[in-house]
Amino acid sequence: MQEDKKVAIRAENVTKIFGSGDQEVRALDNVSITINQNEFFTLLGPSGCGKTTLLRLIAGFEQPNAGEIWLDDQVLTGLPPHRRPVNTVFQSYALFPHMTVGQNIAFGLEMQGKGKQEIDSTVKEMLDLVHLGGMEMRTPAQLSGGQQQRVALARALANRPKVLLLDEPLSALDLKLRKGMQIELKRLQSETGITFVFVTHDQEEALTMSDRVAVMSSGQILQIGNPSEIYEHPQQRFVADFIGETNFLEAEVVDRAARRLRLDEGGEVTLAIDFSQETGQRVTLAVRPERAQLDKPNENATLKATVSTVVYFGTDTTYHLTLDGSGKPFTVRMQNRQGARRAFSAGDPVALLLPEDAIQVLKD
Amino acid sequence: MSARARSFDLKHQTGFKTATYLCFFVLYAPILVLIFFSFNESRSVTIWTQFSLDWYAQALDNKGIQRATVTSLQVALTATIFSTVFATMSALATTRVRYFPGMTAAYATINMPLMVPEIVTAVATLTFFSLLKTQFGIHFGLGNLIIAHTVFCVPFAYMPIRARLEDMDLTLEHAAADLYATPWRVFRRVTFPRMIPGIVAGAMLAFIVSLDDVIITLLVAGPGETTLPLFILGQIRRGVTPEVNAISTILLVVSISFVTLFFLVGRRGKKNG
Amino acid sequence: MTPAEAAEKRDLRARRLLLLPAVALILAFGVVPLFIILIYSFLEPGAYGGVKWEFSTDAYVQFLFERDLFDDTLTFTTSYLEIYWRSLSLAVITTVLSLLIGFPCAYVIATKPPTQRNIWLFLITIPFWTNLLIRTYAMLLIVRDQGIVNGFLMGIGVIDQPIVMLYTDFAVGLGLIYSYLPFMVLPIYASLEKLDFRLVEAGFDLYADRRKVLRRIVVPLAMPGIVAGSILVFIPSLGAFITPVLLGGGTELMIGNMIQLQFGSSRNWPFGSAAALILMSTVLIALTIYVRNASRIRAGQS
Repeated sequence: MQEDKKVAIRAENVTKIFGSGDQEVRALDNVSITINQNEFFTLLGPSGCGKTTLLRLIAGFEQPNAGEIWLDDQVLTGLPPHRRPVNTVFQSYALFPHMTVGQNIAFGLEMQGKGKQEIDSTVKEMLDLVHLGGMEMRTPAQLSGGQQQRVALARALANRPKVLLLDEPLSALDLKLRKGMQIELKRLQSETGITFVFVTHDQEEALTMSDRVAVMSSGQILQIGNPSEIYEHPQQRFVADFIGETNFLEAEVVDRAARRLRLDEGGEVTLAIDFSQETGQRVTLAVRPERAQLDKPNENATLKATVSTVVYFGTDTTYHLTLDGSGKPFTVRMQNRQGARRAFSAGDPVALLLPEDAIQVLKD
Repeated sequence: MSARARSFDLKHQTGFKTATYLCFFVLYAPILVLIFFSFNESRSVTIWTQFSLDWYAQALDNKGIQRATVTSLQVALTATIFSTVFATMSALATTRVRYFPGMTAAYATINMPLMVPEIVTAVATLTFFSLLKTQFGIHFGLGNLIIAHTVFCVPFAYMPIRARLEDMDLTLEHAAADLYATPWRVFRRVTFPRMIPGIVAGAMLAFIVSLDDVIITLLVAGPGETTLPLFILGQIRRGVTPEVNAISTILLVVSISFVTLFFLVGRRGKKNG
Repeated sequence: MTPAEAAEKRDLRARRLLLLPAVALILAFGVVPLFIILIYSFLEPGAYGGVKWEFSTDAYVQFLFERDLFDDTLTFTTSYLEIYWRSLSLAVITTVLSLLIGFPCAYVIATKPPTQRNIWLFLITIPFWTNLLIRTYAMLLIVRDQGIVNGFLMGIGVIDQPIVMLYTDFAVGLGLIYSYLPFMVLPIYASLEKLDFRLVEAGFDLYADRRKVLRRIVVPLAMPGIVAGSILVFIPSLGAFITPVLLGGGTELMIGNMIQLQFGSSRNWPFGSAAALILMSTVLIALTIYVRNASRIRAGQS
């Protein structure tokens, strides 16, 4: 069952600096990453985190100040973009306005010296693949945003690259189109088997589409893992905060061997998995709002709180609580299994239960 | 008072409309008079007798004018070609980059001919060529004039080309390289086709500026190298004649057509983005 | 060398190569000649034009002093200073009058609806690109004794002798304004176009007087354009050639045609070179003042 995943892209100790002197900006700081073949890999992070820079380094539009990048066992560093077997889908699509759709898609093949017959049949095949059959003679100006995006995709895929780089390709689309394209891209990736490296700042997008996600911030990779790992077990505060919603609790380690901690608010919890902090050390804990449980006030409660606001949202209800003891806010989300009937109202005292596998210890 | 009424009021400053009319009157009256009287049968510029194309016929038949036109075209076309090519290369080198060592110096050099008063350039060029001839025996014939024209045409061609390039972002070039185009092919298939409106505008500007030049040509041109403006200047010094009116009008019309073309090309270029 | 540095080096080499033809051409045939006239200004004039390679400061001395042919004494003379003074005053007057006419014109165009503006700009630009010689010739037709103005005035009986306008300072000034007016309008228009008229309306609230609004708000904000336009009119006016030649005749000399004479009938190349250099220095001083003011104005506006 354990098959050795073959590596497609490997970056080692890559640093990229822009500007000089006191205006120096470290877009990437000693970053290393491994992307496997046939993977839908996402680089996720807020703007300025370095994800686009990393993509551009793989594509060849920039060269690193330090480090190396490989594709299979071919060194990419130092090669200009036209000699790398990777293709890019740009955020602005970058379709050639003075060429037709067909000529755009054919461009890469033309540059590689393919014969006319091969080019024509590939163009047709690509247009069918992205559901734009028959539009060879249109010009980009005559297409809608969504159509342009698909042409950009077709233009890149036509060259059957080993790796496809996508730089926030869906950010300019409206919500419905975007959701549709997310499914399309996922389908294309599994059908073609090409490694996709996808850049986005939308964590929802990252979680729904990816096989693995790398969360980045300020030029560094904070955590790599599959979507459930990233979501359920964030290792740093930034990751926990950036992905979905999180509650943070401060606690002190009571007994490391027994994995017991005392929360600042008074209650004690026992964790399901080990952690590295020693007895007596302080830690920050992360709890997802949908994992915490509310009950009427009782003795076994880990925490006591008061409901401050209740927000009803059709599928679920969010309870904004104020914790007794610290006055800190805490959010709990519960599915409305029994319709709109509320369990608790504003002002009610409640008991908070934190299942032991719902608590994540953060490394920072 | 509503906002609308207020801004309406602001447009009407006392005397501004009059000044504007005066402005346009001053600018156009002389030209219109010239054009008008070039069709006048009599030699007078004050009394209109009847419509006549005689002067045009005489002007076009004049051997001096024909030779001068040929010379002007030779110089202007050659200077335009060289200056446009050089300006295109310079624009490619100096745009879409934050900074590179020597950029300010290069930019200053390219624009230098615009900073120096024409009479000074004319005098300096004359002395330089005369020095080359007397001390080193180097003389390029008409080439002297062509070189002088090319020098001051470069900044004129450079400006529209640069403006056009600055409007083109690099992403398309990146896309082409991403699709296996070598730098030369990126230029030929993506950069150059999109630059064309700017290059055409620059060439037209260079052509007109060369065609119109008087002072530099006056000092640098050798015997037998009479351009059209020099010919006209000579005629004017000898006295006002209707042939001069006619040939001047023709030149005016050529200039105006060029400007119109220039405007239209500029507009179309902006649309295609 | 890091890959980033290698890529930068390649880029720099390509750029330098592209710049080579233009820069070499202009350095060789634009900059070097300026040094040549610098050298020439310190030489002796040759008998038939050209120069004799003997060092002499005569050219510069000639501006202020006249050398007596017989006893070699120097007497202070103002003839050349007068020419410079005339050129300077004409240039200043031209600039001021162009400003007085050009600013309102630019203002009116800038306040027109955007669709109309392009047409007006086009109309202003046409004279800008037509041959200066021809336009000056057209002005000649108007002001000469047998010209339009005199013909009209005599025709309606206001005068019976033609008013002598040609070959006067008036004609030259008129010609200069006519030549360079578009150079004033376009930069001011460019400045005004960028103006946020809501600021101006806000000023209306404070001053409730459109003239004050103009003076206190619009003019200061349009200052970059005003300064640019003034420079673009002043500098060519100072060094004008065609206008004084056609409209000023042989007596009303400006710097431009005086310099040309030295390389023509007067055969005094060193003197002409010196005069040219003095003109260029004046221009450079004016430009430096402009650049320094421009950055100060821009700093004051942010």
